[in-house]
This record gives sequence, C-alpha cells and structure tokens, in this order.
Amino acid sequence: MAEFLQQLINGLALGAIYALIALGYTMVYGVLRFINFAHGDVFMLGAFAGYYLAPLVNRCLPAQSYLGGAIVLVLAMLICAVLGMLIEFLAYRPLRNRPKLTVLITAIGVSLFIEYSCQHEAIFGAAPRKFPDLIPTTAWHFWGLVLSSNQVIVLATTLLLLGGLSYIVKRTRIGTAMRAVAFNEQAAALMGVNINSIISFTFALGSALAAAGGILFAMNYASIEPLMGVQTGLKAFIAAVFGGIGNLPGAALGGGILGVIETYAGGIPGLSNYRDGIAFAILILVLLFRPAGLLGKQQTEKV
Amino acid sequence: MLEIKNLQVSYGCIAALHDVSLKVEQGRIVTLIGSNGAGKSTTLRAISGLVRPTAGAIFYNGQSIGGRPAHQLVKLGLAHVPEGRMIFANLTVHENLMMGAYLQRDKAVIQRELDFVFTTFPRLKERDKQVAGTLSGGEQQMLAIGRALMSQPRFLMMDEPSLGIAPLLVKTIFEKVVEINRERGITILLVEQNANLALEISHRGYVLETGHIILEGDSASLRKNTDIERAYLGR
Ligand SMILES: Nc1ncnc2c1ncn2[C@@H]1O[C@H](COP(=O)(O)OP(=O)(O)OP(=O)(O)O)[C@@H](O)[C@H]1O
Ligand SMILES: [Mg+2]
Repeated sequence: MAEFLQQLINGLALGAIYALIALGYTMVYGVLRFINFAHGDVFMLGAFAGYYLAPLVNRCLPAQSYLGGAIVLVLAMLICAVLGMLIEFLAYRPLRNRPKLTVLITAIGVSLFIEYSCQHEAIFGAAPRKFPDLIPTTAWHFWGLVLSSNQVIVLATTLLLLGGLSYIVKRTRIGTAMRAVAFNEQAAALMGVNINSIISFTFALGSALAAAGGILFAMNYASIEPLMGVQTGLKAFIAAVFGGIGNLPGAALGGGILGVIETYAGGIPGLSNYRDGIAFAILILVLLFRPAGLLGKQQTEKV
Repeated sequence: MLEIKNLQVSYGCIAALHDVSLKVEQGRIVTLIGSNGAGKSTTLRAISGLVRPTAGAIFYNGQSIGGRPAHQLVKLGLAHVPEGRMIFANLTVHENLMMGAYLQRDKAVIQRELDFVFTTFPRLKERDKQVAGTLSGGEQQMLAIGRALMSQPRFLMMDEPSLGIAPLLVKTIFEKVVEINRERGITILLVEQNANLALEISHRGYVLETGHIILEGDSASLRKNTDIERAYLGR
C-alpha cells in the first residue's frame, strides 16, 4: 500500500510536468491546427534560463530562498514567452496560409535548429550541467512514505499555474477571444479580433508554461542538457493527444495519467527498463477505443 | 455611405466577381439578390475584409477600405452577419455577445448595448448562460444579429438571415431588420435568396448574376420587373 501511494506521488509529480508542457501543444493546436514540434525545446530553454538566472538572482537574494526561486521561475517564464512569440513570428507566421504539412515540417526544422545550435560550445554546449538548487530541500517521512519538498513545489506550482490558465481562458476578454479564434477564426476577425495578436498570446502562454515545466523538471532531476526536451516534449505531446488534442483539461489529465502510468510501469520488478514501452502500449490501447482522446470530442473535425 | 466600383474577386484562379459596382446610401436598406453562386456572399466578404479584392475599389464614408483586414474595419462601424451565422458554438450566448463588443472597453456602454439587444431579441436574454451551439437555428440567427449589433455598427451587412429558418420566424427577423434600420438609423446591406421579402422591406435592390450586376433599381420597381419575377420571385 505504501509502495502504491509512493509511486502515485512520484507519478503525479512527473505527470504535472508533462501536463504543463502538454497544455502548450494543445493550445497551439486549438488556434492553428498544427503541432508545434519546437515546443519541447522551449521547455529545455526554460530550464537553461533558470540555470543562468539563478546566480544572477542570488546576487541580490540569499541562495536557496523561496522568493529567489519564485523570481527565477517567473523570469524564465517571461523569457520563454517572448521566445515562443518570436518562433511563431519568424517561422510560422510567414507560412500562415500554406498547407499544414509545410508548417509541420518547418516546426521540426525549428526544433532541430534550436537543439543543435544550443549544443554548440558558444551557446550551451552538449555536456549535461548540474542545475543549481533553487530552494532549500527537505523531505518528510510519514506512513512509510517519502515526500520531498521539491515534489510538493512541483504539484503546488502546477496547480497554481493551471488555476491561472483556467482563469485566463475562461474569464478574461483575451481568453474568450482565444476560444473564439479556436472555433472560427473568420468570425472572430469580424468581431474586431486581431488574429495575429491572439496567436502570439497563445504561444506566449504555452511557452511560459513549458518554461515552468522545464524549471520544475530540472529541480527534480538535477541535470540539464540541450536535448532534454526531445523525449519529454514527445511524451507531453502524446499526453496531449491522449487527453484529446485541443482540449485544455484533457492535456492536464493526459499529462497526469501518463506520469502515473510511467512511474508504476517503472516500478514493476524486472520490467523497469520497459516502462516507456508499457506506458505507450496502454495509451495506444485507450486511443483504439477513444480515438479522439479521453476528453476530445468524438466527432469528425469541422471543415 | 458605401460605394463599390468595378470590384473583382477571385478564389485562386476562379473569378467569383467580375465587375460589381453598387452604392448604399446612408439610412437605407439595400438588398442584393441573385441565385446560388452568383457572388453575393463574396461581395459582402470583400467589403468586410475577409477576402482581398483583385481589382476595383471600396469606399466607406469616402475612405478607401479595399484590402484592409477585417478586424480593422470593425472600428469604423462595419458589421457583417456572415452566411451560416458563424456563431461561436463553444461559447455561451453571453460570451458570444461580449465578443461582439470586443473593441468596446467601456462597461457602461456594453451594458447599454446588451440591454438594447435583449429588448430586440428577448429570447436571447432567457438563454444568456446557454452554450450557443445548443440554440435552435432561429435563435442562432438572432444571436448572430445581436452579436453584430453589440459592436454598435453604422453599417450592417447580413447574409441570408432567413436561411434554414421557419417561415414564421423569417417574418419576425425581417421585422427586426426594419426596426434596426428605422430606430437605430443603421444602414443595411441585405443579401437574400428570399427576393420577395427582401424587396418588400428594402429601398433599393441589385441583382447579381455570375459575378456581374445585371439589374438595379428601387425595390418597388424591381418587384414589378417581369424578368425578376420569373427568375427570383417564382410567380
Ligand atoms: N472559398 C472559396 N474557394 C473557391 N471558390 C469559392 C469560394 N467561395 C466561393 N467560391 C465560388 O465563388 C462563387 C460565388 O460564391 P458566393 O458564395 O459568393 O455565392 P452566393 O451568391 O453567396 O451563393 P449562395 O446563394 O449559394 O450563398 C461560386 O462559384 C463559388 O463556388
Ligand atoms: Mg452566399
């Protein structure tokens, strides 16, 4: 039982990070109907932003303070929001009226460009780096379980960000416009909505969440490198599809479930090396029965 | 208020409008009739900036607006109720109306416009919190018109408001169109397949055929025109 609960906690902490990244994939899909394959790299850039920001912030604040950690997180989110908008503006906007396949391939190109230029010595270099401890770490032991302060921070920050996102999307003027654009771009334009600014905003929002995911991931796994976004990004993308691409609660749910399944699969004695295989086999099975994902609309796409 | 000169629009290499010129005087209801595929919707889409004209000019209050993107024209008081209504089915009725007032930041003004829309279409008030996709066809049409009114237009274009709506409701909608025109002084360009009704409530009419204006005149005389009778009025 304790083992079961322990894995659940570990799984949720991992799933929370997938969820944060998955939201970016799903939001961009919602407004532009294409998969931004460079999104996983924004996650990586978020972690690196944190890596370089931490010593700067520590000049004014004592190292390993909660306030310092929060400032690093927010600044990294802002930087990635700008980077996300820049990627959209430079790479995707010029192709707005081109076939989706063209944009998709461009996204893969952007992703490779970021990954391989960041491996250059002049930028980050290919070697893994140790991520600094942003906040004091402790661990609580109870009922035979271990709960690390980092896990609590991951879960709390994720819940906070999901709450914020939900508020923006559901309650604000720009969030309503985002949903309107996702449903019918032309009708939204007829309301006076500048589609380009809404798309920029969507990229900013998704990239900021990915950056938060990057920092939380780095806090828990300690080492970062330019290719760290490849696998995690892919998994988050699959989590978004699993939850129902284009559906925000679906992305969060899909991320959480993927993290938990993966962690449980990793805990099966003798099979821990196959945990990704087992996790994806389960997802494929579910998608066979619900092709549009857990919360996706089970219908053909509108044209 | 609105003047189009020799407008030409193509989709890819297919020309939809060859040469369309028309004029809408302030305070009037002008109707554009024509059979399927004549280019009526394309004309409206060119005016509201959803498609770029390949040639010709569009003047709105003396200002050339041809080729300007749609979202910039809303500020000038142009509104377009598009064909097929295009309401935001995933948003509530209230959110749809708020999208109509997207550029208006003054809460008091928004509330005033909302009250006005609700007096015109009381049904919408009852459905305020309902998801718009679950409204009936007629209610969706009211919402589409209400949403356009929320932007406080001076010039309103409507594309087949009677499409797919029960005859009794069509009459109500047309009465509302007249009311919007008379009481709010909003100039209206109305596209209709239901030529009879459209000519009944409008001051002037244009007949579009395969991308050309083939006839124009005041509505009363167009109704008496035997060619139109045969082609569009089904008498
Ligand atoms: N997006 C498009 N791509 C290609 N051709 C189009 C497009 N939209 C319209 N057309 C063509 O342009 C012509 C005019 O279409 P339009 O929709 O303006 O006609 P309409 O008069 O509004 O017809 P209806 O009464 O059926 O609504 C038609 O031949 C149509 O096939
Ligand atoms: Mg039409």
